Amino acid sequence: MNAYVGTPTSRIDGRAKVTGAAKYAGEFAADGLLHGFVVEATIARGRIARLDTSEALKVKGVIDVLTHEHRPPLADKDEAWKDEVAPEKGSPFRPLYDDRIKFNGQPIALVVAEDWETARFAATRVRVEYEQEAFATDLESERGKAAEVDQPHKPRGDAAAALTHAAIRHEADYVLPSEHHNPMELYATTAVWDGNGGLTVYDKTQGVQNVQKFLCSVFGKKPDEIRVISPYVGGAFGSGLRPQHQVVLATLAALALKRSVRVVLTRQQMYGLGFRPLTIERVALGAKPDGTLDAVTHEAIAVTSRFEDFSRNDTGWAEQLYKSPNSRYSHKLVRLDVSTPSDMRAPGAATGVCALECAMDELAVALKLDPVELRLRCYSDRDQSEGLPYTSKQLRECYARGAEAFGWSRRSPAPRSMRDGKELVGWGMATGVWEALQMPVAARIVLTANGHAEVSCAASDIGTGTYTIVAQVAADALGLPIENISVRLADSSLPQAPVEGGSWMAASSAHAVLGAAEEIRRELARYAKAMPASPLAGVDVPDIILLDGAVAKAADRSRSVSIADAMRHGQVERIEKEKLNEFPEDKSHARNTHSAVFAEVKVDEELGVIRVTRVVSAVAAGRILNTKTGRSQIMGSVVWGIGMALHEETVTDHRFGRIMNANIAEYHIPVNADVRDIDVIFVDEPDDRINQLGIKGLGEIGIVGVPAAIANAVYHATGKRIRRFPITLDKLLE
Amino acid sequence: MNNFQYSRASDVADAIRLLAADPGAKLIAGGTNLIDLMKENVERPSRLIDISRLPLREVEETPDGGLRIGALVPNSDLAYHPLIEQRYPLLASAILAGASAQLRNMASVGGNLMQRTRCSYFYDTTTPCNKRSPGTGCSAMDGLNRNHAILGTSNSCIATNPSDMSVALAALGALVHIAGPSGLRTIALTDFHRLPEDKPHLDTNLGSGEIITAIELPPHGFARNYSYLKIRDRLSYAFALVSVAAALELEGNAIGEARLALGGVAHKPWRSLGAEAALRGQAATPDHFGRAADLLLQGATARSHNGFKIELARRAVVRTLMQATSATPQSQAHKKIA
Ligand SMILES: Cc1cc2nc3c(=O)[nH]c(=O)nc-3n(C[C@H](O)[C@H](O)[C@H](O)COP(=O)(O)OP(=O)(O)OC[C@H]3O[C@@H](n4cnc5c(N)ncnc54)[C@H](O)[C@@H]3O)c2cc1C
Ligand code: SF4
Repeated sequence: MNAYVGTPTSRIDGRAKVTGAAKYAGEFAADGLLHGFVVEATIARGRIARLDTSEALKVKGVIDVLTHEHRPPLADKDEAWKDEVAPEKGSPFRPLYDDRIKFNGQPIALVVAEDWETARFAATRVRVEYEQEAFATDLESERGKAAEVDQPHKPRGDAAAALTHAAIRHEADYVLPSEHHNPMELYATTAVWDGNGGLTVYDKTQGVQNVQKFLCSVFGKKPDEIRVISPYVGGAFGSGLRPQHQVVLATLAALALKRSVRVVLTRQQMYGLGFRPLTIERVALGAKPDGTLDAVTHEAIAVTSRFEDFSRNDTGWAEQLYKSPNSRYSHKLVRLDVSTPSDMRAPGAATGVCALECAMDELAVALKLDPVELRLRCYSDRDQSEGLPYTSKQLRECYARGAEAFGWSRRSPAPRSMRDGKELVGWGMATGVWEALQMPVAARIVLTANGHAEVSCAASDIGTGTYTIVAQVAADALGLPIENISVRLADSSLPQAPVEGGSWMAASSAHAVLGAAEEIRRELARYAKAMPASPLAGVDVPDIILLDGAVAKAADRSRSVSIADAMRHGQVERIEKEKLNEFPEDKSHARNTHSAVFAEVKVDEELGVIRVTRVVSAVAAGRILNTKTGRSQIMGSVVWGIGMALHEETVTDHRFGRIMNANIAEYHIPVNADVRDIDVIFVDEPDDRINQLGIKGLGEIGIVGVPAAIANAVYHATGKRIRRFPITLDKLLE
Repeated sequence: MNNFQYSRASDVADAIRLLAADPGAKLIAGGTNLIDLMKENVERPSRLIDISRLPLREVEETPDGGLRIGALVPNSDLAYHPLIEQRYPLLASAILAGASAQLRNMASVGGNLMQRTRCSYFYDTTTPCNKRSPGTGCSAMDGLNRNHAILGTSNSCIATNPSDMSVALAALGALVHIAGPSGLRTIALTDFHRLPEDKPHLDTNLGSGEIITAIELPPHGFARNYSYLKIRDRLSYAFALVSVAAALELEGNAIGEARLALGGVAHKPWRSLGAEAALRGQAATPDHFGRAADLLLQGATARSHNGFKIELARRAVVRTLMQATSATPQSQAHKKIA
């Protein structure tokens, strides 16, 4: 049955992408297309006292300059501005709404011109006067103002008392800096005016239907007046979950001018979008001398904006990983004059688990225990927050397979005890954990008598490989070669899908396809059985499968009818089925993916230079639909984890409340030289409880644990514990 | 970005004429620095004078046995030029330590010498910066100055010169050939870049209306005992926190001529004749190298975030001299530091 699922199938959109045939949001053409350039605020807080656009308007080729004083109506209720992913609490940012400045880099005007260069030039001619107000952008100086937010993890036992009495105790602050997503593709929208008040909006987004509903509510449009399309996305990593400024601005301008408008943000302007918030993670662990835990407390203090409470689950991951009778978690926010943070690959876990896993390493050192052994002694077969078993949890196997592949048994435990020439060698490890989420998604399949099927769904493919896995699942379910499957995604007029995020889209879209294919199978089976002298006469429909372009008896494949014949006799040219798949609610089990990450670093101690020479990531994430794209997901995540450990940091000058490295020359991410051997191991994890195919999703688990494994390796190499990330060489030299 | 006129210079004299005719004009060669700065509105030339097609692309031997390198030779071509690889491998190595392959393909020798600081305030027109807008103040002084200078700073600017190539050229004792309204002149590379003093808006001593036509390398290339070591925040494609160009003449273990220059620490490639003199006649040992490093770093001062550079520079100098001594220069392809 599975000719494709579980195999290393190449991306079906690969050719289109490398040849440039794949079109991105900023590449769609339209007659008379205008171009917008964003003018941003240069103060962190206050109001616009005067906005003079007269000079800009005089520039030849400029059509208009939209501002809060000069624009079509925008919704005035917060509810209208709340998209699917907006934080529950707060008042979402509204571009060009009024004279308030809420963060540095906020869009305050859109210059629209015949071409982009003219718009960009004229933008320098917009004069702004501000009334500045006192502002704060520094979490560490405002730490005292942190306020608690609700957290999903209940306290258990008396963690404070248990900590006081613990034989071995470790407590420390770990600081994870703000980071920006920096997807390769710039944020862009091309809003195409249809001449009658309707718009087709090509947008860079992780959720076309989210953007479509949002635009309709913000601009008071009927659902059929706005269609949002986003066929290809050049990376987003969470930054495209919420509708971004440029889509509001392009739509605003198109409606104002009744023309098609494109807005592309610059790299620098993208630093005014969401970000992974700077978080101070305080972790305390109390253990018995044998290494079992008595108490875990984890407090996170993170940045949010003044106008929305963005928080993710940084704390409480120990509930899933490590047995402990006592625990307490709290998540606090400090509101600052910044844009609202946003999800970024494994939000909460990438940071929170990093702190937890560094703390576990420190505890292992204090206990003189091997770090893997400590984790095995604390291993929990249940999610302790609700006391639930897992649908599957092969984390033990991840430790074993990862350690084996890495050669962990050859590690000499003492820090500074391993060398390679001038370099100190460090081996570190950490655990990763993420959720296995699944959402309602609908898919439509149209099968034609020539044995070709088109599968469609509004889900996005943000580069993760959704096109390909949808085709794989459809090909297997319909018994067709993958070349006969075409896939249409990311058009708001297609069957329902939520934003692509949380690693839920693989499981969710696959089961939607499976559902629609099942209806097609039943219909084909009916036609086939009804044929005169049918070889399938008397075979029950459940015993009939689709295979090799034919409708066949499962137990005796020689009894079959070609799809073409079945459809001819059914007198149909095409069969169209749409199915909304909803996963049955099951609160009896916890659903998670896990990983064990092992890292080797080589450190030139005198000069502080760190090289990550090897990473082994052993991942248990249910059934891997596509081992090729799946491996790519994990490799990309590991690279990003290297960046989190050693390079990435958004740097703000708090005197100006401005980000000072808003470009990818100075905001460092790993380059090729920083990435050496990465070994990805998928650990078998059969799971017949989570869903029919046993899929858990892979988009995020790969980054969790990587920064901690590297930090722990740096400690093992040097004996220096750097708790403020990224681990740059000046910190090692201190 | 502002609007600008565009002219293509037909020869060097034409470029000089065009420069004289428009005080707001700027030369453009590879454009890899100038265009970025124009996009950020830091540079707002009224006219771009395109010199990229001028015949300044030759690498020629000079009568005294040195080399003359045209100002428009692309950085990549220079790094892989057989005469450079064989006779001036220190220069090749320094060039390859900079930027990326794509940028080096576009970047010219003249543009590389003229590239401006990467101080983030200089790039952000909303913040005070004496270099960009004289008299507005220096935001880095009490701000984010982790990447800033520790030597030769002034009260008005603590920016560094970001060029790798220039560090090697300083060590090799290169000359800069200049053409201008009043004819031709030649200055030592070490006198080409300025210290900020009270005029940080002037990076170099190139006069208005002047154009770099070539650089000249003296005959001695130190092809045996040399190394260029660049320490940065990732293993490639980042500007130097500290870089060292070292070149030695060795007889046995005794040092004859010694050259030493630092990058990433000052407004210009940092050389100290005293430090080099202290090495001459000495044995090539870590102790002597440490002493030379101390001399080279004499007077180094730190601001709030860049103190680590002083010790880092000291260690890097010793290591680079060791690499040079053992004729195992730092590889720019393999990032392990020998
Ligand atoms: C992302 C990035 C990373 C980089 N990393 C490094 C690095 O690690 N190390 C490093 O050394 N460099 C680095 N660079 C800088 C790069 O080396 C320079 O941009 C390049 O050398 C400039 O050469 P160009 O010909 O493109 O100059 P242009 O951009 O064309 O010109 C730069 C300046 O030089 C002037 N100019 C050009 N030619 C002449 C001439 N003949 N006479 C007088 N004036 C002239 C121009 O008027 C202009 O002011 C990096 C650049 C970027 C964008
Ligand atoms: S160091 Fe120089 S370039 Fe940087 S802000 Fe100060 S004056 Fe400007």
